[in-house]
Amino acid sequence: MPPTAEGLRHASVPAPAPSLAISLKEWAQHPLTLRILSIVIAVAAWEYAGRLPVSPSFPTFSDTFLAFVGMLADGSLPAAFAVTLAPLAIGVAISALIGVAIGVAMGLNEKVEWLGVPVFIVLQAAPLAALIPVLVLAYGIGVTTKVSVVCIMAMPVIVLNSFKAVRHTPHSLLDMGRSFMGNRRQLIGKIILPSATPVIFAGLRLGTAAGFVGAVLAELLVTPTGIGDIITYNQSIAEYPKMYAAIAAVIIVSVLFIELLGFVEQRFLRPEKRGS
Amino acid sequence: MSLDVPSSARPSAGGASAPIVEVRNISQIYPGGVEALNNISLTFPEGELTSLLGPSGCGKTTLLKIIAGLLKPTAGEVLVKGRPVTGPGPERSFVFQDFALMPWATVIRNAAFGLELRGVARSEREAVAEKYVAEVGLKGFERKYPHELSGGMRQRVGLARALAVNADIVMMDEPFSAVDEQTRRQFQEDLLRLVATERKTFLFVTHSIEEAVYVSNRIVLLSRRPSRVSEIIDVNLPRDSDPDGIRRHPDYLDTVERIWQTLKHYLD
Repeated sequence: MPPTAEGLRHASVPAPAPSLAISLKEWAQHPLTLRILSIVIAVAAWEYAGRLPVSPSFPTFSDTFLAFVGMLADGSLPAAFAVTLAPLAIGVAISALIGVAIGVAMGLNEKVEWLGVPVFIVLQAAPLAALIPVLVLAYGIGVTTKVSVVCIMAMPVIVLNSFKAVRHTPHSLLDMGRSFMGNRRQLIGKIILPSATPVIFAGLRLGTAAGFVGAVLAELLVTPTGIGDIITYNQSIAEYPKMYAAIAAVIIVSVLFIELLGFVEQRFLRPEKRGS
Repeated sequence: MSLDVPSSARPSAGGASAPIVEVRNISQIYPGGVEALNNISLTFPEGELTSLLGPSGCGKTTLLKIIAGLLKPTAGEVLVKGRPVTGPGPERSFVFQDFALMPWATVIRNAAFGLELRGVARSEREAVAEKYVAEVGLKGFERKYPHELSGGMRQRVGLARALAVNADIVMMDEPFSAVDEQTRRQFQEDLLRLVATERKTFLFVTHSIEEAVYVSNRIVLLSRRPSRVSEIIDVNLPRDSDPDGIRRHPDYLDTVERIWQTLKHYLD
């Protein structure tokens, strides 16, 4: 068998030294090229819309970019992120740990499922921003309230994804584990959890994105601090480039963090996805 | 009922050996009232390859899963080596129709998984698995992942995993139904070789008459649902001749024809 496979591999290797035209075509179709192209198009559209302008409060991309660089240089943007990211990090960490645990428990045990599923389905469907005044009444305007806002935004999707991930373990894999005499602990550790990992991580990515929404929402609705402060302050004094730069910065950080989560999953938890 | 063919080359003639599995009055009614099996009693002789053959949806797989201990029957009991089955056991292993390989594990880990669940040390279990991976023809693919293999190769991993735990009884649930025809024929020939070298009891579920006649010593024909045993046929084909010889052998063709005549009655 191996000699045949070797032979096939040699046969399918493309001829060395491809012509320039082919390599240019390949380069043009490379996923990275396409991604950069889509960003360039979006930026160009932004610049054009800002120059028209569509609204006096809509700055051009170049002005926004300059404001971004300026706030980076004077340290106000990093300082604001430090303030915003603290409740976000705490809230997402709590939601991830507790959320995955509750979701997995619901998937493994029907009694926990009956107890938990209605709560989290209601939470997921509810407009949770409406709960923020209640949280302010309960916890004041400090970090606790902001962490709670992040949690109520992030937790439901993490819990429900973890629950579905465990519940959708392929039936034949469970039969396989049982037929080879696996005990309950082995089935959970060696089959159910590894099989649930991709969907659990999808939930973590969605939950983190929702957490970012929660963190900014809390800063806009509870007390303006951090990024929320930059946004509301610059809006009030009509410094729109700075306001948009802050909004864009939040989006970029959120996207980067979610990409990082995906990378961590593929690198450390999905060996079959590596290098193939 | 047996087709006695004098040219039988197998030393253990069908039916003569002691039963290793005994099915006693098994009935299975699924929730919702679907009656899958109706009072089935059967014995499976040691060291033989017995096929369960019947129309689709007749409960062959259900019966196999009951023997495997994966399903509790509504009534009746199964004895394996004289002891009643209450769940899966170390003397039985299973080959799944959809392969049931873990996509996140390499070929070698999948093949060694039965031993891993039994707590065998890693180096030891991988040495055993390596031997069986080579035996099923996958030497050199140990570090590949299932998605890098063809369907036929994946089922070979499933077979290696079932053989690695060294069970006395290997149960196969339509193992070749998800692979293409050429691969299936190759597989059937390899299976015959394994049956000859491994000296195990094989229980084989299939819906293909040709496949059942080609690989089996004994064929249990099941009727349509609710299934009963319709007929038991001993197959004595000259296993030492070449594969194409067997497929052209008059007894092979006669047996296929005869089973078809029986199964025809169960068609709508």
